[in-house]
Amino acid sequence: MSLLSCKDIGISFGGLKAVDGFSIDINQKELVGLIGPNGAGKTTIFNMMTGVYLPTEGDIQLDGKTIVGKKPYDIVRMGAARTFQNIRLFRDLTVIDNVKIALHHEIDYGLFAGILRGKKYDRAEEKAQVEAMELLKIFEMEEYAEQKAKNLPYGKQRKLEIARALATNPKVLLLDEPAAGMNPQETQELMDTIHFIRDHFQIAVLLIEHDMNLVMGICERLIVIDYGKIIAKGTPDEIRSNEQVIGAYLGS
Amino acid sequence: MTEKRKRLVINISLILSVYVILFVLIKLKVINRYYEGIMIACLINVILATSLNLATGFLGQLALGHAGFMAVGAYTAAIVTKTVGMPGTLQLLISLVIGGIAAGAMGVVIGIPALRLRGDYLAIITLGFGEIIRVMLFNLDITGGARGLRGIPKLAGFNVVFWVCVLVVAILYAVTHSKQGRAIMSIREDEIAAEAVGIPTVNYKLLGFVLAAFFAGVGGGLYAHYMTVLDPKTFNFMRSVEILVIVVLGGMGSLTGSIIAAIGLTILPEALRSFSEYRLLLYSALLIVMMIFKPGGILGQREFSVQGLLKRLKKPVVEGGEE
Repeated sequence: MSLLSCKDIGISFGGLKAVDGFSIDINQKELVGLIGPNGAGKTTIFNMMTGVYLPTEGDIQLDGKTIVGKKPYDIVRMGAARTFQNIRLFRDLTVIDNVKIALHHEIDYGLFAGILRGKKYDRAEEKAQVEAMELLKIFEMEEYAEQKAKNLPYGKQRKLEIARALATNPKVLLLDEPAAGMNPQETQELMDTIHFIRDHFQIAVLLIEHDMNLVMGICERLIVIDYGKIIAKGTPDEIRSNEQVIGAYLGS
Repeated sequence: MTEKRKRLVINISLILSVYVILFVLIKLKVINRYYEGIMIACLINVILATSLNLATGFLGQLALGHAGFMAVGAYTAAIVTKTVGMPGTLQLLISLVIGGIAAGAMGVVIGIPALRLRGDYLAIITLGFGEIIRVMLFNLDITGGARGLRGIPKLAGFNVVFWVCVLVVAILYAVTHSKQGRAIMSIREDEIAAEAVGIPTVNYKLLGFVLAAFFAGVGGGLYAHYMTVLDPKTFNFMRSVEILVIVVLGGMGSLTGSIIAAIGLTILPEALRSFSEYRLLLYSALLIVMMIFKPGGILGQREFSVQGLLKRLKKPVVEGGEE
């Protein structure tokens, strides 16, 4: 059974049909790319998968349970974490606090325990500290732990956002244009990171991307959409020679 | 662990020494009734400002009705004391808690509709709430109408106010340094991102706002039992703004900043009394200058700590290579 599956989802904004009849099945540990020209509806699909938008048609299932109508924070707990196209970090908080906030549900104490600062508080906070540091270590960012997130260089901010998403312990990670604004070297580094995440955390990754090199390089399967509809599916090689895709990207 | 204990010891001894010094000065009559009154006003403003800071500075929701919550707490606590009539500090504490709960309940009532929405709705709703409370106080029989509520037993003196203030600040500090506090701050930083990492934002917005209302109610209760007379005119919009000014000046997201600003801005108008009619002019000019040169407030988002201060004082010596 697939991990994340969308069945014929669609959404309209007023009279505009932004996404229409979109279906996808993502299996465990799969690396899938979602590509398409500007305004094709890629981020809208992400927003429906994470509960930001409510699809007007169709059904989305995560691990066999429907997530349509659930709040974003519930969907995260069910196992779908995401990053954003325009980085959304907690800019004025430290790097480690950014990660700890995502560990929120793993830290086990109530409001009063937090005020009284007993043993339970100490233990839970220490555990969170260790876990957060481990995650930062994986991304080679432990030396930045006490810095404010906004002071990180751009590439590191992207990485921190991914680390933060991983802290929620997801089954599927949705990355919205992770390579946007990166130079070729940073992009290469990012490709390695994404590969590593999939292997290390054993999770599925769905990737939105503009950069054809990136998606062609690492995705096992690609889905191409244009004007809110799927125009092609298949392996990178199939997509590369697909005339409809070439038409959508280059104009026919 | 030891670091934590060391900080605790430093803080407790600091608070105790401040208390002992003030206590002795009062007993020796070096601090007269007038100065003691200003001191208590400072402490009550500290409670109000730090609690508002939780909602506005840490949670990032602009609230313009803090005087309203203060009024609810003040009147509720006063009425409880007047009807129950158990003498002593125990009565005061019970009244304060009930006053706080009443204010917190008001916070829930207006928080639920306002905080479900994103944006500045809360500012407008709390603004309206503050005015409604004031008008109600003028017109209800139980609150004494425009004549105000009189004959409240004077149960709050310097001692009680000081320790309640310490307790409130300590609780607020603990809250802001817990996982709940981190969740609250994440909402200020980016509400969409907070939801995307699993923070139930509506709950935590409500928590931050209701806690702020609760402690404003406690502050109001203290005020009632110190003044012994409540006048509805004192809980007007300008009072809310005054508290907000303290928070902004001290630094949004800094409890110690709020404490410093609360003390400063309570003393300042009194200190400027000799300038009589130019008093407000100077007060405003000072605020403008402050905001131009330090727009983030006195402490920004940092917290003042003795160790941090020592570190700062030591630093230039090390860098300069002297000694």
